Amino acid sequence: MSPSVRLQEMIRVIRGARTQGEERGVIQRECAAIRAQFRQADNGTRSHNLAKLLYVHMLGYPAHFGQMECVRLIASPRYNEKRVGYLGAMMLLDEKQDASLLITNSIKNDLSHSSQYVQSLALCTLGCMGSAEMCRDLAPEIDRLLRASNSYIKKKAALCAVHIVRKVPELGELFTPASRSLLSEKNHGVLHGAVVLITELCERNPETLEQFRKAVPELVQIMKGLVMSGYSPEHNVAGISDPFLQVRILRLLRILGRNNETASDAVNDLLAQVATNTDSSKTAGSAVLYETVLTVMDIKSESGLRVLAVNILGRFLLNNDRNIRYISMTSLQKIVQTDHNAVQRHRGTIVDCLKDQDASVKRRALELSLALVSAVNIRSLMKELLLFLSSCPPELRAHTTSGIFNAAERYAPSQRWHIDTILHVLTTAGGDVRDETVPNLIQLITTATELHCYTVHKLYRALIADISVQSLVQVACWCIGEYGDLLLRGECEETEPVQVAEDDVLDALETVLQSHMSSPATRGFALTATMKLSTRITHNVDRIRSIVSIYGSCIDVELQQRAVEYNALFKKYDHMRAAVLERMPVIDKSSPGHTNGESAGGSIKEMEPTKRTQEVVLPQEPANQVCDLLDLLGGSGEPPQPSPALSTTALGPVSSTAGGDLLDLLGGLDAPLDHVTRPGKTLGPNYRLFMTFVSHSYPPQSVQLQMKAPSGDVIPAHGLGQVTQTVLLNNPNKVSLKMRVRVCYTSQDFVCQDTVQIDSFPSPAW
Amino acid sequence: MPQVPEISMALLPFINNYTHLQCKMRFLLLFSRQGKLRLQKWFTPIPEREKKKITRDMTTMVLARKPRSCNFLHWKDLKIVYKRYASLYFCCGLDAEENELLALEMLHRYVELLDKYFGNVCELDIIFNFEKAYFILDEFLLGGEVQETSKLVVARSVEASDMLQETMEEYMSKPAF
Repeated sequence: MSPSVRLQEMIRVIRGARTQGEERGVIQRECAAIRAQFRQADNGTRSHNLAKLLYVHMLGYPAHFGQMECVRLIASPRYNEKRVGYLGAMMLLDEKQDASLLITNSIKNDLSHSSQYVQSLALCTLGCMGSAEMCRDLAPEIDRLLRASNSYIKKKAALCAVHIVRKVPELGELFTPASRSLLSEKNHGVLHGAVVLITELCERNPETLEQFRKAVPELVQIMKGLVMSGYSPEHNVAGISDPFLQVRILRLLRILGRNNETASDAVNDLLAQVATNTDSSKTAGSAVLYETVLTVMDIKSESGLRVLAVNILGRFLLNNDRNIRYISMTSLQKIVQTDHNAVQRHRGTIVDCLKDQDASVKRRALELSLALVSAVNIRSLMKELLLFLSSCPPELRAHTTSGIFNAAERYAPSQRWHIDTILHVLTTAGGDVRDETVPNLIQLITTATELHCYTVHKLYRALIADISVQSLVQVACWCIGEYGDLLLRGECEETEPVQVAEDDVLDALETVLQSHMSSPATRGFALTATMKLSTRITHNVDRIRSIVSIYGSCIDVELQQRAVEYNALFKKYDHMRAAVLERMPVIDKSSPGHTNGESAGGSIKEMEPTKRTQEVVLPQEPANQVCDLLDLLGGSGEPPQPSPALSTTALGPVSSTAGGDLLDLLGGLDAPLDHVTRPGKTLGPNYRLFMTFVSHSYPPQSVQLQMKAPSGDVIPAHGLGQVTQTVLLNNPNKVSLKMRVRVCYTSQDFVCQDTVQIDSFPSPAW
Repeated sequence: MPQVPEISMALLPFINNYTHLQCKMRFLLLFSRQGKLRLQKWFTPIPEREKKKITRDMTTMVLARKPRSCNFLHWKDLKIVYKRYASLYFCCGLDAEENELLALEMLHRYVELLDKYFGNVCELDIIFNFEKAYFILDEFLLGGEVQETSKLVVARSVEASDMLQETMEEYMSKPAF
């Protein structure tokens, strides 16, 4: 076997390979040669061969057959072989390999070698890949070296001890005494190693931490020396004397001062001194200042010092260096909750960073801006956020929109502002909003009753401009369906009214219905809106009828079903159409979704505010409209006496004295926004029927209730007629029932209610 | 109700810290603009496959960065600090509490040491003398921490080790008596 080429020659050959295959060929040949050489007796080329193998390994090829060679070379008496052997051990052997244990003895011997460079190799390797077992074995040696050796070895022993403590925390106690005395060393390397070791020990053991608090004055002195000393060429970096050591000392002081008044007091002056004297024009100084700021914020420092720290961060925000702006914002983010006012002072600069080119900086600025929103700055800050949204990178859009919505919800100065903001977001980034946005916005719109006219105008304008943003189109359709009459009226206080004809509005909705861009859900909104308009317009009802009948054969099953039901509403139930398509009540966010048959007593209470607002909503029904009564009232079927008082509190006691659960029959209120309620459940915003089952011994679920459609919706006055509504009760368990019935109705524009209890039913009824 | 051993309140934050057994700096990588690895130093025991995956992730992420971007990235729970020097990217992975600005200084110091040793160092120096690059690194960092803050001392140590190596080799090539 010819002797393989030297390392550099091999590297040149490998790099000269033109293809991956060629490279592999070269490497296979070389590895074969190396393997052969390893098997041979010592011929002085072993270190070269291992070095070649390490190069091949770095290219990504397997090199495990070199592990034993590393062990052999480490045991060699020759320095050059040891050097490569230890390097190989650090690269090929980690604690998971069995071979790693074999070098423990060599390391032990080398730790006491006469040459400090050999000792250094052993220390370095142990500190890099020493397993827990090796660490336990060799810890006493390391401790010895910590105490009695030159500074070159001491500094390495200190960091080796750090590794040992990380692997075997109990051994920390062993190193504590030696590390304490290392603090009096002058050599920077040793001092640095000592500080790192002490930090590690204190982080792991509270007793050690307590002990080292006594060293705070000493550390302060060392730090002062570094900050105030003159130019020291050996450790100087851009005017800062040994920034590495300064940062480590500051970090140790932070750990010692945390949650401790005395220690914190002792370092207050020092921190102020460092903060004011450190030149931050270069990274080294900024690194020290950064660590200072982190320390100030973490310990119990005086408020003046905290303000100083936040101001430093504010100054960092104006720095030309992007890195410094970035870390300033990450730090401000950490303290924005605790030192909110201090951070607010820098809001302007933070908002400017939204315009930075760098994506990381933009992201940080966004997080911070959202955290700084408050009732005071909401208007101006929202302007900036909306501006940011129009140009922000796509990966940040979803986060921005949800942040804006949260902020708007919490601090909206007025409902109109809130609606405008949400609409602006939908127009700019409607594709990146969450699903709940549409129902949330609709709920908001219904509560803003004075703004219905304004809102429908804005949404109409948005709709005719662009129908591609689904969320916006859905809300617009819903609004036009609900408040289309306000649109057609042609007058509006809050904004320039549009002059539209009924056909224009129907055109807009039909465009949405027919467009390829509309999603199925959107088309559902449009169809329902069209249907609702049938009670709000006067001339074009036939057009709506024809649209609805066309969609009765639509391929989309959901649309088809709706169209068929609306068709039925036109044909069979035309007398109810007006009531069914009434203006919807204000949707209470907390009202139960689809509770048909089960609800807690609390649901009744929730209905109350909605009932109250009924009086404000413009009712379309004519006066004197009175809804039906249940004929279970039996003999007391006289027309209800109008009573002007609206006692909403009566609802409360009733449900609490009921004893059993309340069956909520009000399917109407909990309808999803775009569905029309099925006839029979609700006949208009003012009709309510409450039925309470009084029972103690069985769950009401066993009783089933079915309400039929009432026979009409107006009871003429003076007892000249009646309205019948049938309710079917299925009582399979044949238990005795007591029922309380409450009826709500409108009489001469007053909403009234009446309550009757039925204690017994005729027995043949079961 | 099972008996929960009483733990002193003072120990709780330390028990949380106990899980923080990892090194502050996890790895240091050097790679070229084509993504070829020129040096890798790992400060925690990681399986070979995992090392390769991390290296791939780092090169992909860092090489995708625009020229004047911030030098800091987030990757999983680590902070990644990288800097480009000529055709080489120096990239290190740090724990979340580390000082990124200091890490930048650390990378810069390593480059300065290489520059002093090789004289106007370039990528080819590091390719053909990779073991020297490691020896220099091992005089500057130990177990992921800075071991010597003086450029001079590091340079002298490396020189002295080289001298020792040469002396040995000279000795070796002397004929045996």
